[in-house]
Order: sequence, then C-alpha cells, then structure tokens
Amino acid sequence: MSLYQGIFKRDMHIAFNQKAELVQPLMFLLMVVTLFPLGVSPSPDTLQRIGPGVIWIAAILSSLMAMERLFRDDFQDGSLEQYMLSGLALPAVSAVKVAAHWLVSFVPLLLLSPLLAMFLNLTVDMYIALVLTLLLGTPLLSLIGAIAVGLTVGLQKGGVLLALLLIPVFIPLLIFATSAVDSAALQLPYHAQLAIIAAMLLLAAALAPFAIAYSLKVSQN
Amino acid sequence: MWKWLHPYAKTERAYQLCLTLQPWFWVGALVCLSIGTVWGLAFAPQDYQQGDSFRIIYIHVPSAILSMGTYVAMAIAALVGMVWQWRTAYMSMIAMAPIGAVMTFIALFTGAAWGKPMWGAWWVWDARLTSELILLFLYVGVIALYGAFEDKQQAGKAAGVMALVGVVNIPIIHYSVEWWNTLHQGATISKFDNPSIAPEMLWPLLINLLGFAFFIGAVTTVRLRNEIVLRELHRPWVQALAISQLASKQQVNHSVKGGN
Amino acid sequence: MQFESLADFINMGGYAFYVWLSFGVTFAAMAIIAIQSFIKHRNLLRQVVVEQERKARIKQARQQQQDSM
Repeated sequence: MSLYQGIFKRDMHIAFNQKAELVQPLMFLLMVVTLFPLGVSPSPDTLQRIGPGVIWIAAILSSLMAMERLFRDDFQDGSLEQYMLSGLALPAVSAVKVAAHWLVSFVPLLLLSPLLAMFLNLTVDMYIALVLTLLLGTPLLSLIGAIAVGLTVGLQKGGVLLALLLIPVFIPLLIFATSAVDSAALQLPYHAQLAIIAAMLLLAAALAPFAIAYSLKVSQN
Repeated sequence: MWKWLHPYAKTERAYQLCLTLQPWFWVGALVCLSIGTVWGLAFAPQDYQQGDSFRIIYIHVPSAILSMGTYVAMAIAALVGMVWQWRTAYMSMIAMAPIGAVMTFIALFTGAAWGKPMWGAWWVWDARLTSELILLFLYVGVIALYGAFEDKQQAGKAAGVMALVGVVNIPIIHYSVEWWNTLHQGATISKFDNPSIAPEMLWPLLINLLGFAFFIGAVTTVRLRNEIVLRELHRPWVQALAISQLASKQQVNHSVKGGN
Repeated sequence: MQFESLADFINMGGYAFYVWLSFGVTFAAMAIIAIQSFIKHRNLLRQVVVEQERKARIKQARQQQQDSM
C-alpha cells in the first residue's frame, strides 16, 4: 500500500513544484470562457442559454492541454520505465497517477466554477447541476484521456493528435452533462443524465486502468 | 473451428489470399454496382413523395451501412491482433481504415445532397448525421495515430486500442445524440419512414449494397498488399515477387550504369 | 425505363443538380481511392526492385575492391 502512496505523494509534490503548469490550463479555461461573451453576445439570456456548453467545452479543451503532464515527465526522466519494470501492478500505478492528476487538474476547476457560472449568468439550480456533472464527469475525462496519453507519450507531435483522438470520445459526456444543466434551467429533473454519466464513470474506473497499462506497454515497447 | 484461418497470420499467405480474392472482388463490384446503379437511376419507379431525388438512396444507404460495418470490421481485426498477436490482423485494420473513411464521407455528402431538396437544409444536427460525422472523426483519429509512429508494429497496436475504444463509443454516441435530440426537440422531420419499401425499389438497393461491399473488399486487398510489402521489404519472397511483377509488366527502369 | 427521354433522365424530375452531384462525387471518391491504392502498389514494388539493384551494385563494388587488393 505504501508504495502506491509514495507514487501518489511524488506526483503531488512534482505538481506543486511546477505551479506554472497547473495555473496555465486554468487561465486558458478562464480566457476561453471570456471569449464567448465577447465573440457571441454579452446578452444575459444568450449567455445563460449557451453557458453550460461553454463551460464544459472549455473544460474539455483545457483538460486536453493538461493531460500530457500525466506521463510526460515520468517518461522523460525514466521513472515510467522504472514503474513498468518494478513489478508493481501497472494498472494500479496508472489508477494512482490518474487520481493524483485529477485532484491537481480538476479540483481547481471546481473551485473556479462559481466565477465561471457568474460570468455566464447561470442560475443557482443550473450551477448545482453543473457542479454535479463536473464532479462525475471530470474523472471520466482523466481516465479515458489517460488511455490516449499512454499511447502517445513517446511521440513528438503529441498535442493535437491527442485532441483529435479524444474529442470524439468525450462527445457523449458533453451531451449528457449539458443536457443535465439545461434540464436544471427548466426546473426539470436530471437524475437520468447524472445516472448515465455515473455509469460511464464506473465503467471507466473499472476498465480504464487496464487499458492504460496496456497503452503504456504498447508505447514503451 | 477457426484453424483454417491460422495460415493467414503469415504475411506471405495473406498476400496470396489477397491476390486470389482480388479479381473476384473487382468483378463483383463492377457487375453489382453497374446493375444496381443503372436499375436504380433509370428503372426503379419514382417515389410518391420525393420524386426522382430519392434515387440518391442507392448510394446513401449502402455507404452509410458499410461505413459502420467497416469500422466494426476494423475493431474485430484490432481485437484479433491484440489477442492472438497477428501482425496481419493489424495490417488489415489499417488497410480498411481509409476506405471506411471514404464511405463515411460519401454517406455524409450524399445525405446532405439529398437533404437539401427534401428538408431544405444541407445539414441538421440530427442524431444519425451527428453520429456519422463523429464516426468520420474516429476514422481520422485511427489513421492519424497509426501514421504518428515510426515503428509500425507499435503503430498497429496503438491504433488498435483507439479503434476498440471507438467501437465501444459508437453505440454510446448514437444513443446519447438521439436522446439529446429528442430532449431538445430538434429535427421535426422523420426520415423516409416507409416501413415497407416497394420491391422494385428494394432490389437495386441490395445489389448496390453488395456492390459497395465488394468494392471495399477489393480496395482492401490492394491496400493490405501494400502494407505487407511495406513491412516486409527485405524478405526474399517480396523481392522475388517485385521482380516478377514488374518484369511481367515491363516497367523496370534499370539505373545501373552499363546496365543489362 | 422510368423516363420518357434522355433529357428527362438527365433532368431527374428537376433534381438533376442534387442527384448528379451525389453520384458524381461518390464515384469520383471511389475512383480516387482505388487509383491511389494501385499507384502506391506499383511504386512500392518499384522501390523494392531499386533497393535490390542498389544492394547488388554495392556488393559488386565490394567484390571488385576485394579482388583488386
């Protein structure tokens, strides 16, 4: 147990040592959200209508930026190879790293969300729904994203390829999450959407670590 | 039960299989597509509501069905490659990908060209259109991932993972987009809701479906052979093959000084 | 034949543009990918032959070097 705790702590330490790398995706998120009132329309009704989608799309895009961090540094300094040779269960290592990555990347997003909700004129009901979808959906982004990051970790041109691979896969999550917030706006129940997102999350939580381990084996030969 | 497939794990046998199948596929494609297209364009009766524009169905429906079918075939090939470690399985997968993408493009394009006169719009975010568009993205992703790796062994495995993730996602996408659509009360149009299509209209459709399938098979055999040659450049059988093929076509350009 | 004349056939009941655009783009796309696959095949085989000849030349050159030593 303590070995995995060690990996977790190490990832957290490294993340906090590179504060710039943590803050940049958040700034990107904030700026992208700001573009919409400026580029589309500042009208409160319009913003409320498009708000949930805007926040979720911005979250997906900024997560794509932050995703590469998951394995890149370990790959470059050789510790990824060490993990793979060490005899530790690679799926477990992957799960621990994804958990650390989620905490570091998405909890700040959750903390920033009230500000974003205010910018886009979301009602309190909508905001509650948004937070629930973010809580259930962002781990899904990390888990599935890690599979693609594992495959592309050695490649030069990782960045855009990663987006190309992951965006189609994230589309159902986007649809259900925004549908939930839109239902909240209409004072309709949204348990169903949350349940489906939760189901996808559970499925990913169960299977993704193995897929991530396989991806690492493929890309690291 | 599947023992008869085992020899095709070897590239040489797979190449021979492609050579054997190829003429049948091309002939089948030519015959079926000619008959189906001519029948559909000139001889099938006009649709009661849609007039002659409905004839686009003879391309649109087969290409849409096969775009999904090819993706599933790709995923099965990826699975075979992953489980049994067959290189030829991965090679087949990447051989099928571009033609599958072309089929998806054809389905989208002809759908738009049919939609404009029928629905008044080139594009709507209907569940099926959206799902098909995302399918195109998935194809592009698999092809791009394969191309990004130098080592084609690795490339096959990586693209295989993405193909499998994608195939799991296809029903999810379709279902989620369908739900999203009905929640937002999007498209007011029900497509072509005929529960029973007249037989005179149905036969050319089936024949074209078969024709397109033959075409996909034919192009896949060519592309699979390409992939095999590319990966096995240094094997003696490839070299012997290249010489005999080109010599028989008398296209060999000798660049040797004082050549033969 | 569902059409009275060739002109009627080409006109496709007024939908000429859409029908012929669809069929045209479709068969063009199919032709492109088929032809591209064949061209690649021929180029690959040529590449193999050229490689082989190059290796033969190198070998021959080495032999000549050894003989003259």
